[in-house]
Amino acid sequence: MNIDLSRRSFIKLAGAGVVASSLGSLGFGEAEAQELAHIKPFRLTTLTETRNTCPYCSVACGIIMYSEGDARNGQAELIHIEGDVDHPTNRGTLCPKGAALKDFVRSESRLTEPKIRRPGSDAFEPISWDEALDRIARALKDDRDENLVQFNEDGVPVNRLTTTGVLAASATTNETAWATFKVIKAMGIAGFDNQARV
Amino acid sequence: MTNSWTDIKNTDLVIVMGGNAAEAHPCGFKWVTEAKAHRAAKLIVVDPRFTRTAAVSDYYAPIRPGTDIAWLMGMIRWMIENDKVHWEYVRNFTNAAFIVKDEFGWQDGLFTGYDPATRDYDRSSWDYVIGEDGFAETDPTLENPRCVWQLLKAHVDVYTPEMVERITGTPADQFLHIAEMIGETSAPDKTMTSMYALGWTQHTKGSQNIRGMAMLQLILGNIGVMGGGMNALRGHSNIQGLTDMGLMSNLLTGYLSMPTEAETDYATYMSTREFKPLRPNQTSYWQNYSKFMVSFMKAMWGDAAQAENDWAYHYLPKLDVPNYDVLRMFELMNQGQVNLYFCQGFNPLMAFPNRAKLTSALSKLKLLVTIDPLETETARFWENHGEYNDVDPASIQTEVLQLPSTCFAEDEGSLTNSGRWLQWHWPGVSPPGDAKLDTWIMSQIFLRVRELYRQEGGSFPDPILNLSWEYEDENDPTPQELAMEINGRALSAVSDPNNPGATLLEAGQQVKNFTELKDDGSTMCGCWIYSGCWNVDGNNMARRDNSDPSGLGVYQNWTWSWPVNRRILYNRASCDLEGRPYDADRMLIEWDGERWVGNDVPDIGVTSRPEEVGPFIMNPEGTSRLFARGMMRDGPFPTHMEPFESPMANVFNAEMRGNPVARVFESDVADLGTSEEFPYVGTSYRLTEHFHFWTKHNKVNAALQPQFFVEISEELAAEKGITKGGWVRVWNKRASIRAVAVVTKRIKPLICDGKPVHVVGVPLHWGFTGVAKKGYGPNSLTVFIGDANIETPESKAFLVNIEPAEEPVA
Repeated sequence: MNIDLSRRSFIKLAGAGVVASSLGSLGFGEAEAQELAHIKPFRLTTLTETRNTCPYCSVACGIIMYSEGDARNGQAELIHIEGDVDHPTNRGTLCPKGAALKDFVRSESRLTEPKIRRPGSDAFEPISWDEALDRIARALKDDRDENLVQFNEDGVPVNRLTTTGVLAASATTNETAWATFKVIKAMGIAGFDNQARV
Repeated sequence: MTNSWTDIKNTDLVIVMGGNAAEAHPCGFKWVTEAKAHRAAKLIVVDPRFTRTAAVSDYYAPIRPGTDIAWLMGMIRWMIENDKVHWEYVRNFTNAAFIVKDEFGWQDGLFTGYDPATRDYDRSSWDYVIGEDGFAETDPTLENPRCVWQLLKAHVDVYTPEMVERITGTPADQFLHIAEMIGETSAPDKTMTSMYALGWTQHTKGSQNIRGMAMLQLILGNIGVMGGGMNALRGHSNIQGLTDMGLMSNLLTGYLSMPTEAETDYATYMSTREFKPLRPNQTSYWQNYSKFMVSFMKAMWGDAAQAENDWAYHYLPKLDVPNYDVLRMFELMNQGQVNLYFCQGFNPLMAFPNRAKLTSALSKLKLLVTIDPLETETARFWENHGEYNDVDPASIQTEVLQLPSTCFAEDEGSLTNSGRWLQWHWPGVSPPGDAKLDTWIMSQIFLRVRELYRQEGGSFPDPILNLSWEYEDENDPTPQELAMEINGRALSAVSDPNNPGATLLEAGQQVKNFTELKDDGSTMCGCWIYSGCWNVDGNNMARRDNSDPSGLGVYQNWTWSWPVNRRILYNRASCDLEGRPYDADRMLIEWDGERWVGNDVPDIGVTSRPEEVGPFIMNPEGTSRLFARGMMRDGPFPTHMEPFESPMANVFNAEMRGNPVARVFESDVADLGTSEEFPYVGTSYRLTEHFHFWTKHNKVNAALQPQFFVEISEELAAEKGITKGGWVRVWNKRASIRAVAVVTKRIKPLICDGKPVHVVGVPLHWGFTGVAKKGYGPNSLTVFIGDANIETPESKAFLVNIEPAEEPVA
């Protein structure tokens, strides 16, 4: 039988034997040769399935991403996203936002290169990662060297920087959050918040 | 959320107030539908608009924006008056019996100790009487006039149904109908769940709104039980996680708190945090604070954090104000006191109040760095977009660096959902162009700054030079390495306290969970409440067993929930004093004579005897708090406060504007309007087709709800000569915007204090980037004042005026 149902959880629940016999009773066995003769392989069967969760609201619905190519060597292209039927919260369903997720990932306004807008300019221009990051490091170090409050008026060490501020995200991973936390608190940056403040 | 999304199916009654779950959390709201279909649960919606949640409710009542406290206190009053109280729960699991100091009181809308000069309270009288044995005094009969229960009764007495109607506009008969529905859940085997979101937080007394409902839920015995709880529906996919991880100006990880400069050394810092029990036998789990704190400091600074240097205590910044929150930072920025600002996945130009002020502030920066997968208005704040961003680029001297980052589809790691489940995800797509992982970007910034300090020296480089950064590739830490740090591990061998001579952990071994953490420097842990997420059993966040043997929606083996995989917080409170479940059909845990067993991880020591140890183990009382002591700046009980911009004066004190202790910057006072100039109440909300400002980059969602509009009642439209679909101008002192008018039956005028109040709904989504039509956000109009405790801006209640207008020239 070439009908691939193996991923579906209802097989687990119902028992593979039950499903196989009920499909047989529908006549799939006899029809198989004829089906093969004129049906193109379903495109999704050639794609890689990856488990993920919807990045929008905090329900965190399970999703399955279908991509063509290999994400590990930088060539995978997103073809389709659907709800994950195995997920206990959404059981395969998605809302009007989640159902259109593919067009978020592939939006025309996704950013693809670092850019700089120079003082007084009316446009962004490209800049290399190296140059952008060096400019940031230089500006951050200079500001910290100049403005870090090392001691307050009573001579107590306070190691506080308030002339640089940071807003962290709302949809980055906990692991990104930890890396960000370490760097920002180590710099002494006091004005550090995330979207929970709104 | 105290409970989980899937647990909502166990409820008897849902109240959605301060939120709109059907539109903002559609797939989670399906569990409400499930409860209605299979348990005959009822749904109540209280909202200024007849939302799509209201459309599927069993009962709907309107309310004026920003008056929820009066409504909730009125509800508590009705429960007490009508004996709809879960008495065993109230007597034993709340602080109802605790005796409060004689000096405490409330008068003219204010509690004892108010100083108008400092806009602050002296909170010393808001506390218990402590007996000679060092414990708080109590009266289990609840008859002492100074016990919390009697003080609460007196406090809510003024909130009669008539007073509720006068303040909130909810007609008294509708209020009473809802009261009867809610009152039924005071039965020990009935429960209600509260589902709320930004409709409650975005007020200058948002924390007190939520406390009001929490108190009602405690009186009904609805906290800690299946189908009950206080369920904050977080707005974004990992706002819960970012907060748990302490990315806040006043926090460290796991709700450890940032030191202030009054805490001059580590011992002083610890002296106010390791709470001793206030009643005999109580757990008071924060007594373990030092274990979490030392393990955190070791995670940050490794060998540089030693007992001899106070665990590198002085590497941490010390606060001189309660908060360097976003509002304060933009105020400082607007004063020219901020040079450099980073926005990682955040679009503050659309998210914070008074956009004109934000633009002015950003224009005073030397450098703005944005890190985002998408274009944002913030990154292009200097770009002219006609009336939608009317700026002169040549006059703005801020340099902007826009860095492209990846999105969820391209990265790996965990996100924490509203129900505290940490769910791991995997990348399936390659990043577009030269977009990079956020972890790589943060590493590059750190490594380059560290290199400059190594080469040049500079101001106090120690916390940077000594930051623990032990990754196989220091340029690119992996999610696995970071998650394992968050979980924590032994740095040297740890002996087993229960088995002398034996070793509990070898050096380098992952700790099982936070119960193995030490304060002697032998363990490290990035975030104690997440400890257990990636332990000796591997990555528990990636578990995908969706079996549910109890059939109660617990899903114990699906991913991992903090703390220690517990699915429902305070679950000990689901059982009586003998440890028997109040509802045997919804058993979470039970006492088998020697230990707690059941369907969830017990929220109490497994051998803690039920008649001795209270269920609220984090509190030194062992109970929950109907009276918050001095822990909130604006009162130990919620008291009615008007929004800063309100159509009526506070009925208790006409002189009192807004929240009397909320921080108001002097520069914002002139921007506040009165109801004489701006008679209508504005409020903000989101549409189900949209996700904040992200989906305007998505053609599907942009097309589903294409155009910016404001929503008004038929009565207001008639009064102002506004036609359906006609253009209007909406304005106040902060902005003037144009929109199409949606004239609707979903908003109706309310009668408050004898006068009609009209509400103008302003949805959010539009801006000037992306594929959607250009438009405004409500933040052009909103007030730059935050909640008195946590500084969340008051975006849900402000004043505007409205008139018919010309269509803008395309």
